[in-house]
Amino acid sequence: MMHYIKYLLVGFLFGIVLTKSEAVSWYRIYEMFQFQSFHMYGIISVAIATGLIGLQIIKRYNIKDIEGKPIVIADKEKGSFRYWAGGLIFGLGWALVGACPGPIFILIGAGFWSVILILIGAMIGTFIFGMVKDRLPN
Amino acid sequence: MDTLTQTWPWYFSGFLIGNVMLLLNYFGKVFGMSSNLRTLCTIAGADKFADFFKFDWKSQRWNLAVLAGAMIGGFVAVHYMSNPTNVDINPKTIEQLATLGIDAPNGKLAPEVLFGNQIFESPKLICILLIGGILIGFGSRYAGGCTSGHAISGLSNLQIPSLKAVVGFFIGGLIMAHFLLPLIF
Repeated sequence: MMHYIKYLLVGFLFGIVLTKSEAVSWYRIYEMFQFQSFHMYGIISVAIATGLIGLQIIKRYNIKDIEGKPIVIADKEKGSFRYWAGGLIFGLGWALVGACPGPIFILIGAGFWSVILILIGAMIGTFIFGMVKDRLPN
Repeated sequence: MDTLTQTWPWYFSGFLIGNVMLLLNYFGKVFGMSSNLRTLCTIAGADKFADFFKFDWKSQRWNLAVLAGAMIGGFVAVHYMSNPTNVDINPKTIEQLATLGIDAPNGKLAPEVLFGNQIFESPKLICILLIGGILIGFGSRYAGGCTSGHAISGLSNLQIPSLKAVVGFFIGGLIMAHFLLPLIF
């Protein structure tokens, strides 16, 4: 059980930051897609830059993970169509309800009960994908 | 206390989010929230219908712990770390939303019109939230990740597939925000 506490704490930090930066806010997502604020672009860019620098340091100095194993992050599978098409479908939903998977859970935790409908939808969408996966173009 | 309750600046927030990803890497994991949706489907019994859900979901318990932590974080941030100046969006955005009949934030994270409990009485709004969720769930699995898995984890690891997915996210988002939302509301 103790083993999971560090994940719970990282999640806690994630929930606080996403809420306090307002990245979980429908308004911020709308404002971003209207190009009326730099806020969201700034958050995403700095997060990527921080990750990029961190990963370069990990690679250069061969930093090991908590269990002493090398940190290896698998490359994403090659492909094009699924990334474009899946990305576009995801983007339509993201801008419609203003929440991506992380914020869906954060908002429910914060007491936005209507977001449970988005979660139910997201599970249905995941389920549909699982059912039709083999018939989709890659 | 003010610094805690006001909107956190983008550079500070972005830095912390990058560190959330790095911490998970340090724990030997990869940051990605949408895979939890697959895990939840499996727990709910979807493995009886499709092979995609036949996997050892217990290996994903760590990610469910991240998710539970995020929910508690959301609760704490909204209930103990908010103030009425929050969600100070562009006044032009507020004007534009007013023409769509969507209320201004005034410190709230989500518009009352779309997310207040009265929406449970509106079949149209119930459908909007369900359809939005379906698009998110289907799209993130088809693309193999969401904002955390592709935009943050993937791009910071210089993954070309993630770049394609993220460009796709924005094309979809722009189509929705500029052409479809005005038709829906």
